[in-house]
Amino acid sequence: MTAAARESSTASSTGPLVVLDHVNKWFGDLHVLQDINMAINRGEVVVVIGPSGSGKSTLCRAINRLETINDGSIMLDGQPLPQEGKQLANLRAEVGMVFQSFNLFAHKTILENVTLGPIKVRKLSKKDADELAQRLLDRVGVAHQANKYPAQLSGGQQQRVAIARALAMEPKVMLFDEPTSALDPEMIKEVLDVMVDLAKGGMTMIVVTHEMGFARTAADRVVFMSDGQIVEENTPDEFFTNPRSDRAKDFLGKILKH
Amino acid sequence: MDTLIQEFPQIRNGFYTTVWLLLFSGLISTVIGTVLASFRVSPVASLRALGTGYVNTFRNTPLVLVLALAISVIPTLGFNNLGFSIGIRDFTTFFTVAMLGLSFYTAAFVCEAIRSGVNSVSAGQAEAARSVGMGFGQSLRLVVLPQAFRAVIPPLTSIYIALAKNTSVVAIFGVPEAAYVMRKLSNQFTSDLWAIFIGIALGYVVIVMVISAIGTLLERKLAVAA
Repeated sequence: MTAAARESSTASSTGPLVVLDHVNKWFGDLHVLQDINMAINRGEVVVVIGPSGSGKSTLCRAINRLETINDGSIMLDGQPLPQEGKQLANLRAEVGMVFQSFNLFAHKTILENVTLGPIKVRKLSKKDADELAQRLLDRVGVAHQANKYPAQLSGGQQQRVAIARALAMEPKVMLFDEPTSALDPEMIKEVLDVMVDLAKGGMTMIVVTHEMGFARTAADRVVFMSDGQIVEENTPDEFFTNPRSDRAKDFLGKILKH
Repeated sequence: MDTLIQEFPQIRNGFYTTVWLLLFSGLISTVIGTVLASFRVSPVASLRALGTGYVNTFRNTPLVLVLALAISVIPTLGFNNLGFSIGIRDFTTFFTVAMLGLSFYTAAFVCEAIRSGVNSVSAGQAEAARSVGMGFGQSLRLVVLPQAFRAVIPPLTSIYIALAKNTSVVAIFGVPEAAYVMRKLSNQFTSDLWAIFIGIALGYVVIVMVISAIGTLLERKLAVAA
């Protein structure tokens, strides 16, 4: 029984926000997610780390069904993920997603990037959406760039806008799929600062990352994946100072020895 | 030369018809082509099959056949009074049917150009749109197609140029556009053949140049916004 499964069975009355139950996924012959069980509580920040190809991005993307799964179930706030259609769109509106490559809408201004979802999906008036967007852009520190296009911003600025865009939908949980992996080193901090801020604000977050510093400062739990399996999960302190599995020791040895 | 000057009103009217054919067919084929392209990239298998079937049928059939079919079939379906007028200009049923034939034919090419444009927009754009809760239609309409149109202006320009020249095929079916007028005049004034051919050709050149200019303008304008 994994730690997550233990946690889920003793969950509080409101229950965990995200539950993955015996999730399996194959890409052809490749078994990318192998019997994943995991529960994420409200307000919890879970960092998923692991070598490339370990399935951590796929796991993250499966939670808002950008990747379908072959077997098992994923529950969000007590409801199973809808298969398709309007219900699936509604679910995705509740789950914020931040991508490695930002994926800001290239033909829209920064402000429009943030307001498009609230206006078209949440049916907010343009005025309300603009106010909301300005507030969020201010919060992530790019308010003065509101009328520029994504291509005119640095990577770090674009990623912060992407976070604001996701927050504008007032999501229950935020997914971060390697949010700093495409950034120059000097821009990583500005994005992580925003994320730490969010974590402190009580946002439920699932973060796939290689940023061990972020995991130490902000995570409640570290999940280590390898070859499609959850190998180990623990508090950041325990995990980094005293990894139990050989694969985690090997991985940490490779990335921390610099 | 005298023939061109003397018969100018007739030539001018011929080109009016050509331009009307071009405008109507251009518009209708763009609408049908966009709908077909959204079918071809949709998650619904039957819509994809419908789009593919349409493109394979119309793109693989010579235009003359499509037109002959349109002209012989559409009226037998009960549509035998398709004439209409806009302001002082009257359009005959023949005009309408030929125009529809051109539109159906061109739509297949428009569809493929737009589909290639959709494929040129990175998958991440659609994923981001879906992630904020947009459905397939919304993400296509609000995020993917506006970016796809930017990429398809050069191929679409070529398609509209081809359409402008393809309008001449409807001459065979008696629609009095520029090529029809040319054939009529060349039968009538056999001593002036060269002047007639060159005069009509110049008319087409002007139309094509206007289309290219609009294409270049749009391309430049949208490029700045990027």
